[in-house]
Amino acid sequence: MPQTYQLTLNGSVTEVHSEPDTPLLHVLRHQLGLKGTRFGCGTGLCGACFVLVDGAAVSSCDTPVWSVEGRTVVTVEGLAGETGLHPVQRAFLDEQAAQCAFCVSGALVSAAALLARDPHPGEAAVIEALDRNLCRCGVQRRMVAAVVRAGRSDGEPSGGSS
Amino acid sequence: MTDAPKHLAANPRLSTWVEVGADGVVRLRVGKVELGQGILTALTQLAADELDVDPGQVRMLAASTAGPDEGPTAGSMSVADSGAAVRQVCAHVRALFVAAAATRLDVPAETLLVRDGVIRQRGGARSTSYAELAGDVDLDRDVDATVPTKAADELSFTGDSLPRVDLPDKVAGLPRFIQDLALPGQLWGRVVRPPSPAAVLTDADEEAVRQAPGVVAVVRDGSFLGVVADDELAADRAAESLRAAARWHESATLPDEDDLSSYLRDGPVTTFSVDECGDLEAAPPVVRRLAATYSRPFLAHASMSPSCGMARWDDGSVHVWSHSQGIFGLRRATAQALGLDEARVSVEHVEGAGAYGHNAADDAAFDAVLLARAVPGRPVHVRWSRQDELTWSPFGSPMSIELRAGIDARGRLASWQADVWSQGHTSRPGYAGTPGLLAATHLEHPHPFPAPVDPPPERGSGSTRNAVPGYRVPVRRVRGHRRQEVALRSSSLRTLGAYMNVFAIESLVDEVAHAVGQDPLEFRLTHLDDARARAVLQAAADRAGWVDRPRDGDTGLGIGYARYKARGAYCAVVAEVEAVSDVRVRRLTLAVDVGRIVNPDGVRNQIEGGAVQSTSWTLKERVRFDRTRITSLDWETYPILRFSETPEVDVVLLDRPDLPSVGSGEAAQGPTAAAIGNAVAAVLGVRVRDLPITADRVIEALGA
Repeated sequence: MPQTYQLTLNGSVTEVHSEPDTPLLHVLRHQLGLKGTRFGCGTGLCGACFVLVDGAAVSSCDTPVWSVEGRTVVTVEGLAGETGLHPVQRAFLDEQAAQCAFCVSGALVSAAALLARDPHPGEAAVIEALDRNLCRCGVQRRMVAAVVRAGRSDGEPSGGSS
Repeated sequence: MTDAPKHLAANPRLSTWVEVGADGVVRLRVGKVELGQGILTALTQLAADELDVDPGQVRMLAASTAGPDEGPTAGSMSVADSGAAVRQVCAHVRALFVAAAATRLDVPAETLLVRDGVIRQRGGARSTSYAELAGDVDLDRDVDATVPTKAADELSFTGDSLPRVDLPDKVAGLPRFIQDLALPGQLWGRVVRPPSPAAVLTDADEEAVRQAPGVVAVVRDGSFLGVVADDELAADRAAESLRAAARWHESATLPDEDDLSSYLRDGPVTTFSVDECGDLEAAPPVVRRLAATYSRPFLAHASMSPSCGMARWDDGSVHVWSHSQGIFGLRRATAQALGLDEARVSVEHVEGAGAYGHNAADDAAFDAVLLARAVPGRPVHVRWSRQDELTWSPFGSPMSIELRAGIDARGRLASWQADVWSQGHTSRPGYAGTPGLLAATHLEHPHPFPAPVDPPPERGSGSTRNAVPGYRVPVRRVRGHRRQEVALRSSSLRTLGAYMNVFAIESLVDEVAHAVGQDPLEFRLTHLDDARARAVLQAAADRAGWVDRPRDGDTGLGIGYARYKARGAYCAVVAEVEAVSDVRVRRLTLAVDVGRIVNPDGVRNQIEGGAVQSTSWTLKERVRFDRTRITSLDWETYPILRFSETPEVDVVLLDRPDLPSVGSGEAAQGPTAAAIGNAVAAVLGVRVRDLPITADRVIEALGA
């Protein structure tokens, strides 16, 4: 039986009406029209569907909607604030840290979770935080450089690998 | 430029390529498609330079079968071919607008300057613009190939790292991918694939599923089984119900995954000559011979998204949305499979996740065509599962390469023999006069897959791409042996045979260098006459500190070089590898020469990505199967390189502003694999010749 669930989504209290075991990813993409969260594997192994749930990056493809009742969910669309893109999104553009960019939403979510708990991460911390995300185009090092850059207060490139 | 770029000969009308709006925006429709490689950005730069407009005034429209046919977006040919066509088209458009401006302003055309789309008399106050003249200039005419394009020193945007035009949307998470399409009345389709390549459907419970919530149609035709629903989740669940009740007859048709070299030789095999020079029997005195055999397994494309497609039927015609690399081939194949006039099939390109060759995009599109036929007037969106993507997409062919080198008394290469065993490397839709679409092979009246073939030498060959070493060797015999009947479909995967041929050649060249007691870099330089080849090798070695490299410990350097297709980009790689219990690539240093660089950061990104993807292939990847089923079906059974395993990549670009631009997307793969293999040998003192270089293979080599 469909149930009504209430969550805080990208800063707004949101109600969804859904079967309890409907994947959060489906609710986001189809009921709420938020298509930035991607389907990659359906089994939580690639990170393309990551969203923040109470600040942690979790795969939305295998998270049932009942489990986010009352919780705070942020998707890639919600990373930007009133002043524009999240610093890590700007850093991805500055570093041109993408090729096909299909994995980028999930990588941005992992990076945002890291930056919230460690505002100035070093390379090793970034690599660890992104290690649950897969990228097939081979842009890993650019993404790492972008996240390090986002954590620098001046927003300048970190130098080094690329 | 007096010879028309070749894509203009087939598509001569200016209006096919370009329109200029009253808003001053120039809209270009090319036949090449964005795959994540940044081609639309590079073409924007070329167009802006020839037109003298700001890049922001150029819009690249989605490729469609209403636009120019430039063949598939493949083989690193987009900058060379489409770039040349775009430059010529835009140069002609500029000339037409300047002529119209001269008429309107009543001044001689040669006194006019164009900047940011404004056309102004030199030193004069009067001006007009592309926007104002848009209604005066008729672009429905053939391109004039005699209009000169700009010289290197007249270019403003070409050579700049213009940011990718498509990335702001993608980084913001805006809907831009085919996965995100949402049309009025859209339905969702799923196909229930057979459990194994030779399985035949014997029983399915369509009626029960037809009654399931949200289900609009169930389609069964031979062994093709699919469902259409009004919601994506309902389609998934209905497909699972169908799958649970379906019965299949399976057959053990697959070869031994541990002995693909025998499989490739067991034939039937077509043998062909690639290069014959000199007499092997009468070769200059050979004092020493080295021989070795190298192999790679089947490889998967393993794109980050499963393939998608969408189709809608109206009055017996079908419109298709696809992330295909070759929308014209897909149209042709679709028409062939359905016995339709090609005019009844139209295809438009929508961006998808990264494509590295002929993946399942066309197959997913055709699935949508078949499912949508059951619901005319409604667009049906099909997305594959991860498992189907990893098990049913075309694979890169396995290869086995036997090399023999003869060395003369001075320690130089005197003779070279290569025998390359492989399946064909292309079976693109519509390529061989048959559809070549997965679902078409499963229909009650099936169209079986054509045997994979190889592109002809003028298109760069396939199995034997880069099979002829670029080094000076007086006596050579290079042959290909293509298996005719294949157990698993293979088709184009980035570089086709070049990745493996370069790995093999560069491995044996390294072995020869060691055998004659010469430094691997010196040995290569001694055997190369081409200054551009020598320059990339020297640049990579200098940057990586080759000469001063440590000679012992757990870390070592290896080098690899190739000129892609013997006429494309030059690339040399130095790999720093740490090998203890397993192999870790710490750093890759690449030097690259792609002629004139259109977008330096775009080239760097392609080279970095190619090198990293090659590292993944070389260390980790192998399609697994038993004698009946593919068993690598998710990211645990088909692992790819992770962030924590990704090497640092350092790229040196050697710009050649006066030389033609060539593509960069496939330059790095072969040399990177070779450099890794050579570095492993430098550290461990043993060679792993059968890819991937896993910990097990290293242990095996150490124990041999």
